Amino acid sequence: MVARHDTAHDTVAETVRVEGARILATLIRAVGDVQLAEDAVQEATLAALGAWPVTGVPPQPRAWLALTARRKAIDILRRERARPDKERDGLRVIELADYELPPDDVVDDDVLRLIFTCCHPALSPATRVALALRTLCGLSPAQIAGVLLTSEAATTRRLTRARQKIAAAHIPYRVPAEAELAARLPAVCGVIHSLYTAGHAPVDGRAAYDVDACAEALRLAELLHDLLPEQSMPAAVLALLLLTQARSPARLDAAGDVVTLDQQDRGRWDAVAIARGIELLNDSLRRSHGQADAYQLQAAIAAEHARAASYDGTDWAEILRLYDLLLSIAPSHAAGLARVVAASEAADPATGLAMLAELPPSPVGTRFALNCSPAKGRTQRQPENSPNPSTDRRRSRSDSIGSDVERHSSGWRCRRRRSGGPEVPGDVPSTGRTS
Amino acid sequence: MPQYLALTYTADVDWWAPEQASELADYRQFAVDNADCIRASAVLHPTSTATVVRVAGARGGDVVITDRPYAETKEALTGYYLLEAADLEEAVAISAQLPAAWGGAVEVRPVIASK
Repeated sequence: MVARHDTAHDTVAETVRVEGARILATLIRAVGDVQLAEDAVQEATLAALGAWPVTGVPPQPRAWLALTARRKAIDILRRERARPDKERDGLRVIELADYELPPDDVVDDDVLRLIFTCCHPALSPATRVALALRTLCGLSPAQIAGVLLTSEAATTRRLTRARQKIAAAHIPYRVPAEAELAARLPAVCGVIHSLYTAGHAPVDGRAAYDVDACAEALRLAELLHDLLPEQSMPAAVLALLLLTQARSPARLDAAGDVVTLDQQDRGRWDAVAIARGIELLNDSLRRSHGQADAYQLQAAIAAEHARAASYDGTDWAEILRLYDLLLSIAPSHAAGLARVVAASEAADPATGLAMLAELPPSPVGTRFALNCSPAKGRTQRQPENSPNPSTDRRRSRSDSIGSDVERHSSGWRCRRRRSGGPEVPGDVPSTGRTS
Repeated sequence: MPQYLALTYTADVDWWAPEQASELADYRQFAVDNADCIRASAVLHPTSTATVVRVAGARGGDVVITDRPYAETKEALTGYYLLEAADLEEAVAISAQLPAAWGGAVEVRPVIASK
């Protein structure tokens, strides 16, 4: 019975979190204040969490939450009546009291506004991710701190500063015009991809957090593609995430250890997700008229892996070509390393080693010790001795926002010591375990 | 309407030097083009002319005057524009027309509205 109660409670909590994030967008527009709207939604969700396990989830949970959040917002405004701009607040109270549940297309526009505000380029990349997790995913500062491997206090400070900047600098709450979209979408897509990358750290992260950052990233990618179906970049990001996620069932063995790409049971890959990822990628490429962006190229690389019936049957020459293209438009150390892997699989490990010697040194002190293992016919990467594995792990993950070499597998086993990754990460298909 | 201070950070130049004439003309043109939203502006003499004032201890203490205390930097504050704009994006769009935006950087700071 206890378990059943917990499941019921989890269902309520999940509904409250997802619906709460959706009504927040509309409430922010109505009250014109991110902090006030968040506080009101927070109070409404607490009320729901108190009431619903007893009364059951109402037939229209979103309407219930929206109405309650509006009442809470009015309460908060009344409490703060002493504030200097009370005239304006009086107006807001009237607008809030006159309330009808907005139609879906209005809600969609509001969510899109919120996405573009949270992911505004005037905010730092790390702030964008934290803000998206707070406002779009409805996670608490403690949960966000868990995902981003920082402290709850630091997360709270970051969110507070972000809200202050949005208010003080008047970062607009609107969807960019069609002409501006191309310039603004990379910041939004970067947030979603960074979030996925942050969640994709099973070496250290499995079962350690109650939040599945990969699932949240996929949800946001679906949402963004849903809201902007004509745009090629959100489709490419969704394709990349689906194609990467499709392999996740085969990534851990029974003991919970990571299985490298060459050892994975490909029968356990999610064929439906792969098919959808490839379809989305093709659609995205059509829409961008064959002019590929970094997400499309990474998705194409993931698709090549997904298509291959076996590791040895992988079209490494094609993957090498795609990495060459990726490096030409979005050079990164991660992609450079992954290209060497592809080259050594396409040719032989000696070629790979020779190319490795020519790689420029890693930007922020990523250090690897190389260990060639000709017996296996592959080159292996070994980490340098890490004096403090726990600190090292924290750093490796928190810095991995944006890119992570360690996620690339195919026989390379590596551990990043320290890196400030570039904005556009390399392929993130699977993880190499340090062995 | 919100106000923003657009601070231009560029090479520490003497705007009166003949070789700056053409760039200075660009700034004047910017001011003409955006007259509607510029509330105040100034170009500054180079940092070599700056004086730093401090009062020792507390209010009423000795006034201590020094030459600029900071090390020479590649980019210095060389001017400012007080802009009025609907929101940050509009302020950014205006600031992006300043020659400093490609010759250095423009820092856009929201101004606290006086009641």
